[in-house]
Amino acid sequence: MRTVRTLMTAVLASAGLFGMAGTALADSPSPSPSGSAGAEAAAPTEAGTSFRTATAIRPDQPATASASTGDYLYWVLPVDAGQRATVKAKVTLPQAARHGAATWQLDVYDGLRRRQACTYGAQTRAAAKDTGSVELSCTLRTVRAWAEPWANDPLPGSYYIRLTVVDLSKDDLGLPLHAEVDATTADTGGARAVDGTLAAPLVPGASTATPQDKESPAARPAAMSEPDGGWSSGWWSDRWIWTAAGGLLAALAGIYGYRLTRGSGRPSRIPPGA
Amino acid sequence: MITRKRLAAGVCGLLAAMTVALLPTPALAAGEPDADSSPKVELTLDVSGSMRARDIDGQSRMAAAKQAFNEVLDAVPDDVRLGIRTLGANYRGEDRKVGCKDTRQLYPVGPLDRTEAKTAVATLTPTGWTPIGPALLGAADDLKGGDASRRIVLITDGEDTCAPLDPCQVARDIAAKGIHLTVDTLGLLPDAKTRNQLSCIAEATGGTYTSVEHTKQLRDRVHQLVDRAAHPVVTPEATEGAADCTGAPKLKPGLYSDREKFAEHRWYRVDVRPGQELRASVSVAADRAVNNDYGVLLRASTVHGREIVRGSEAGNGRTDVISSGLRYPKAPSEGADEDAPAAETVCLQVSNSFSARASVKTDPGLPVELTVDLVDGPSDASDAAFFGLGHGWWLLITLALSGLVAGLLWGWISRWRVTVWRTN
Repeated sequence: MRTVRTLMTAVLASAGLFGMAGTALADSPSPSPSGSAGAEAAAPTEAGTSFRTATAIRPDQPATASASTGDYLYWVLPVDAGQRATVKAKVTLPQAARHGAATWQLDVYDGLRRRQACTYGAQTRAAAKDTGSVELSCTLRTVRAWAEPWANDPLPGSYYIRLTVVDLSKDDLGLPLHAEVDATTADTGGARAVDGTLAAPLVPGASTATPQDKESPAARPAAMSEPDGGWSSGWWSDRWIWTAAGGLLAALAGIYGYRLTRGSGRPSRIPPGA
Repeated sequence: MITRKRLAAGVCGLLAAMTVALLPTPALAAGEPDADSSPKVELTLDVSGSMRARDIDGQSRMAAAKQAFNEVLDAVPDDVRLGIRTLGANYRGEDRKVGCKDTRQLYPVGPLDRTEAKTAVATLTPTGWTPIGPALLGAADDLKGGDASRRIVLITDGEDTCAPLDPCQVARDIAAKGIHLTVDTLGLLPDAKTRNQLSCIAEATGGTYTSVEHTKQLRDRVHQLVDRAAHPVVTPEATEGAADCTGAPKLKPGLYSDREKFAEHRWYRVDVRPGQELRASVSVAADRAVNNDYGVLLRASTVHGREIVRGSEAGNGRTDVISSGLRYPKAPSEGADEDAPAAETVCLQVSNSFSARASVKTDPGLPVELTVDLVDGPSDASDAAFFGLGHGWWLLITLALSGLVAGLLWGWISRWRVTVWRTN
């Protein structure tokens, strides 16, 4: 009996500790991108024109750019594991008389320049001859901490946004326009957590920036930026809390079940006073 | 044990991230006033007779250009070395041969003396022909030397009048020299022919094309382009892939550029040590009129030809590049020979399925940009889920039920044992 009780106490105590550890851990690392460091920097007012020159943006930081119709506009933002990014773009079309309809498209590429699928959102939209603006949006799949090398799953790292017109009347080429891009990320929590982590996030030039390479006078690419609070190390998710809570519940249920078999007092078949 | 390993990995990752975050500052500080690496821009202005037309905000095209130049020259970033070249500024005659050689450097590429440059611009009067091709060649020559990024900003109001030298082909040939040169074109109230020619030049070099109707627009755009040149960009290293893996060039981590003809493939080699992860991505640019459907394939294979992993992408419609990438984590070596792990040679094959009409020139090939990265420590995943941890209400119910069953069993067994003990 005593052994049972000690065992139960031990289980309970460890479960409680586990749970507390879980919540304590939940507070300390903050891989959430909604920090204050990014908001202080001024929003970019330019866009790059290629993967190499892409302008770095941060989540929840609207970026603007003025460009010419036909330009390929590139931005790049860091997305961490467990986040689902949504990119929204708005193109204010040239006011000058246009000659025909145009089709606009928003593409998202990962750090390896692999095109990423949009789960929903209007990625391509046609603008009639007299429309004032076009709005596009693309929601990526949830970024996983790890995937097989053969898979095309989104992994933590840089994500390139490319905004361009894919079909237009040739006479409209080169007209001035204004573009706005806004990316947001939502944390999906442990439901999408997978095991394993990448050795390094998929950031272009991760190894070329190390000092053993020859000093390149040109600065490293803007795509090297990382989320506020750094990349998550991949060992925290709310699965710890779920599992700990489950352990606690199991322990309580075990005690309850044990108590059930004891009955409420002396067994009835033992005569009183025996 | 696993947890400890992971924690260690996490700490290592954090350290690595911090080092990476700290690194760029000294690199930036060191590379600032280096004459060899500061970006070069040449403004190339058309001063042909047609620039006299008074149709930009009520003033002549020439006046608009001069006004824009003055304002741009005031705001040129300090580390940009800027030059000015004119075309059609001097020869008034009718002789095409002479008129088509009429391009000259108005202000040499170098540290900018604003007053001098402005005075030089003020002397210009619209005069002659529009030799765009020769002007581009001249400008490329002016920008020679150093390994910085180069940019030509071409401002013109009419198409090239000096056939058969096709300025678009000239631009492509210049870009193929691998000197990181971009040509941005601006058309002043362009007609359809001018627009086609200018957008072709821009496309051939990865530049942009703008059609200008107002002075302010001209100023803002030129200013933007000069500013853009000032942004530091990693310049790729030229390489030449081989037709098969054995003769392929060995690449270290870095950024490389190459040229690839239509439907051609090229091989490169990379050494990957055990425990390293190879990351490669490739972009093939469509720098000329190509057919509507196209694709790119990047394959990593062993020296014996067994495919390890591939990345591919296909697309259609208007595009600047089509790109794909792959990663190949090589497992850490097991056993005694840890101290000298043999590197595996991985063959990278880049192929494209672009095509074009027969009239399109295939030489030089399409620009290829290849990035190769090697990061330490392959990614690993040992469990099906996150450390084997669970998630959700079903997990809680299952655990609670199994706890209950365990408790009941325990209780019954101990009761039974007590009964057995009593009966004995």
